[in-house]
Amino acid sequence: MDQVTLFQNLVTGVSLGSAYALIAIGYTMVYGILRLINFAHGDIFMMAGYFTIFAVSSFGMPWYITILFVTVVTVILGVTIEKVAYRPLRESPRMSIMISAIGVSYLLVNSATYLFTGLPRAFPQLGFLQKVYHIGDVSAPIVTFITPVVTIVILFVLLYLVNFTKIGMAMRAVSKDFEAARLMGIEINKIISITFVIGCSLAAISAILYFSPRPMVFPFSGFMPGLKCFVAAVLGGIGNIPGAVIGGFIIGLAETFLVGIFPQLTGYSDAFTFVLLIVMLLFRPTGLLGEKIAEKV
Amino acid sequence: MKKISLLLILALLLTTFLVGCGGGGEEGDADNVIKIGVFEPLTGENGGGGQQEVDGIMYANSVKPTVMIDGVEYKVELIVSDNQSDKTMAVTAANYLIDQGVVAVIGSYGSGVSIAAGEVFADANVPAVGASCTNPQVTSANEWYFRVCFLDPFQGTVMANYAVQNGAKTAAVITQLGDDYSTGLGNFFMDAFKKLTGDDNSIVVNQTFQQNQADFNAILQNVRTANPDVIFAPSSITTAPLIIKQARALGITAKIMGGDTWENITIVENAGADAEGIVLSTFFDAGLADSSQIAKDFVEGFSAAYYTPVPAVSALGYDAYMVLLDAIERAGATDGDSIKAALNETDDVEGVTGSVTFDALGDAQKNMAVIKTVENGEFVFLQAVTVE
Repeated sequence: MDQVTLFQNLVTGVSLGSAYALIAIGYTMVYGILRLINFAHGDIFMMAGYFTIFAVSSFGMPWYITILFVTVVTVILGVTIEKVAYRPLRESPRMSIMISAIGVSYLLVNSATYLFTGLPRAFPQLGFLQKVYHIGDVSAPIVTFITPVVTIVILFVLLYLVNFTKIGMAMRAVSKDFEAARLMGIEINKIISITFVIGCSLAAISAILYFSPRPMVFPFSGFMPGLKCFVAAVLGGIGNIPGAVIGGFIIGLAETFLVGIFPQLTGYSDAFTFVLLIVMLLFRPTGLLGEKIAEKV
Repeated sequence: MKKISLLLILALLLTTFLVGCGGGGEEGDADNVIKIGVFEPLTGENGGGGQQEVDGIMYANSVKPTVMIDGVEYKVELIVSDNQSDKTMAVTAANYLIDQGVVAVIGSYGSGVSIAAGEVFADANVPAVGASCTNPQVTSANEWYFRVCFLDPFQGTVMANYAVQNGAKTAAVITQLGDDYSTGLGNFFMDAFKKLTGDDNSIVVNQTFQQNQADFNAILQNVRTANPDVIFAPSSITTAPLIIKQARALGITAKIMGGDTWENITIVENAGADAEGIVLSTFFDAGLADSSQIAKDFVEGFSAAYYTPVPAVSALGYDAYMVLLDAIERAGATDGDSIKAALNETDDVEGVTGSVTFDALGDAQKNMAVIKTVENGEFVFLQAVTVE
């Protein structure tokens, strides 16, 4: 692999990985609080893609208002889903709520097909994001270079939020012990809603960052990213925010370099992601940064 | 609360009964209806293209809503079944059509689903007429499957010819893993290209990708390193704009070429300025319609009823419907064997995309393809290629 290819793949991999990381954080936070794998998360991400399209092409919003608008609408969608599909099942077995999540996922995909047709839609150019930028022989849209920066900034903001604020303390308490937290006077529903607000706004931001250089949205757009980010979250240790980011980077880089180093294996890049998951589950089921939890008897 | 739900359930049950009876009554009245299945993807990866083909079939149905069988006029009822662009769902969708008692089937857009469902139709003795499924395997192992379009070996050769004529010495091929259309067409292109250039190493990159993949940067970086003269990437309309845009963003300037699926305005809308100069082969050009009255009428009628520009797959859907109805009329019966025998005898039936004569395998003898490019956001006719 020559130097240009190496750097080009590095840029692609890091950027892809950081977009994955943002989605993975959404999975990991919801899991941390609710012990729920939110299978609809990838599809919320897909809907955020559609919201962006409508914000720009139907309402002609400038890019900075678009980002704000999409975040707000996606958050409303996510919180509504939580209220309607997850909250009534809070006391039921964990399996029921998971099945409900799968149902929501199908509902979103099929509503998108019904409302926006199966035809792929072009993702709009947001401001300067898609302008191609060259560094030597390495060229990529500007958004590719911005994505990792955004991800790292968000990671630190979240770490601060979780570790040094009152809300964060409440979140940690809820994730440790639901019932005890409730007895201590923590408003569980509020904390869960806040978690969904954070998860969905990250899904909205990652949708904008992910779709800008891959400018097509169709109802299945959220399927593969959703699945891979779930893997990323598990890889890093589900429930652990820095772990999700690391998992995202690993998958983005591994996928890109597999194709770069073994061109004949391009068709297997997805398979490789899942092999990675299997190996991780076999040898370190708690993930890279996951803590060992003693089973309560 | 419980009482209300009980009442509701009762009411629902009653309505189901009533509706059921109503349906039954209608069927009893209308002896003169034959059902034709429309087996197409309306959702999933090929949902967009499938819808256009259905539109062509629906338009044909509005032009010719009845068929004369043995002196009696029958109304044609179309039953649409969505195969979801998925080979597993295709079998379910095909079985649904058989259960509905269709006498014949039209479709599908996408060769993979047609191959997957072919056996179901053959087992049920229901003949199927494909509109735009170009992979040879659709008809080669199945005497119940016919088709009105050209085949991938022909299409691959046409595109390789075009590339070589325009000075290409090396090519990169990018295809979708597990998609019979994409891999098939890619292979036929490679064979033809190697033969034409006389160089076994002229395919410098051969890469595959997965369904629903959105990031092609790693693959395209390999292409960029190899620096080919042309890129041949037969793929769905969902994938094509992504490959085109990401290739241009990486600074690849080679000519990008595709197959018949690419003649879809969605690609131009989605890829924008980057779509300029892409080259593709297709079945039909509205500009050539002047030479034939049928084509002219179709283009005018379809544009008025649906949309412009008229997609080639809509024209093929129309032709498939007309060829099938012609066969049913000649058969004078509605059983599978008679319709199949009549289809086999189809000889020179004039259609929008040219005349249709089925050979022993059930393929239309078509030897004309249209090569188009994109200029100023529109498909522009480049040349019509005829291979004897």
